[in-house]
Amino acid sequence: MTQGRIAQLSCQELVELITEYLEGTLAPADLARLERHLDGCDGCRAYLDQMRETIAALGRLPAESLSPQAEEKLLVAFEGWRKGSRG
Amino acid sequence: MPEQQASPGGDPDSARRPGRDEELLAALRRSDEDAFRMLVREHGPFLLRLALMHVPSRAIAEEVVQDTWLAALDGIDRFEGRSSFRTWLASIVLNKARTQGRRERRVLPFSFLGRRRAEGRDEPAVDADRFQSARDQQPGAWARPPVDWDSPVERLSSDEARRVLFEAIAILPPRQREVITMRDISGLSAAETCNALGLTATNQRVLLHRARSKVRAALEHHFQAEEPSR
Ligand SMILES: [Zn+2]
Repeated sequence: MTQGRIAQLSCQELVELITEYLEGTLAPADLARLERHLDGCDGCRAYLDQMRETIAALGRLPAESLSPQAEEKLLVAFEGWRKGSRG
Repeated sequence: MPEQQASPGGDPDSARRPGRDEELLAALRRSDEDAFRMLVREHGPFLLRLALMHVPSRAIAEEVVQDTWLAALDGIDRFEGRSSFRTWLASIVLNKARTQGRRERRVLPFSFLGRRRAEGRDEPAVDADRFQSARDQQPGAWARPPVDWDSPVERLSSDEARRVLFEAIAILPPRQREVITMRDISGLSAAETCNALGLTATNQRVLLHRARSKVRAALEHHFQAEEPSR
């Protein structure tokens, strides 16, 4: 809100706030401070980009499925469950 | 159907629509085998991933996932839908995988204390020596700033980069590993993750922060090794 109590945010402090920034949980005053710092700092902008790229890469990791044998076993177990508990 | 292609830019685990689980669950309660098969396929990769965080082999992880489904079938009438089905499954699989993992560790002890310590709160996101010190002109400003990664999408999709990602996650302390797997690999929301792991919102965020910071650092290190000139 008031500009007075807003101290400069250092790069070292900014990297510790990056998750709160990405999660959208920063208080408005901190958010303003952080965005002002980003405007003037190539290093921190690169850091933020790297963090976003890291998160995106994690989301693209290939998923592995259950093996057909395991799936088959489960379907057999399902039959047992159906007969047993469901009559 | 070819299984589980990684969808570029999307979340590989959640080709799911809201409401879909509910329909399938209703069918499952009527003992519909197709519904069971679809749920197993849909949630299989997610459960396998969570199990693999705690047990040393794929074979054991598959067993844990099978046990999870059996427990889910037995408990289906007790599932009240207050949490999402996926969250409920996640808490079952983690419970089983952690128990199984402890059993394995008794046989094959590995450094556990080191991991406990690493879960602590005061590890910096970036090594302190990357920043200027109190004696420098601008304390806390970058001394060695990160540089932009060239064509990040391609490079981060390489087998090499994926290996770095998997290794970086594998050496995280267990709670950090669980949180980053749920949030960033499997695409669960913060609320779902808190729910499945029994964490407060703040705690979840701290763990996510530690985990992401380390994974980013591992990638940066990897790319720097590829480009010694920079
Ligand atoms: Zn900066």
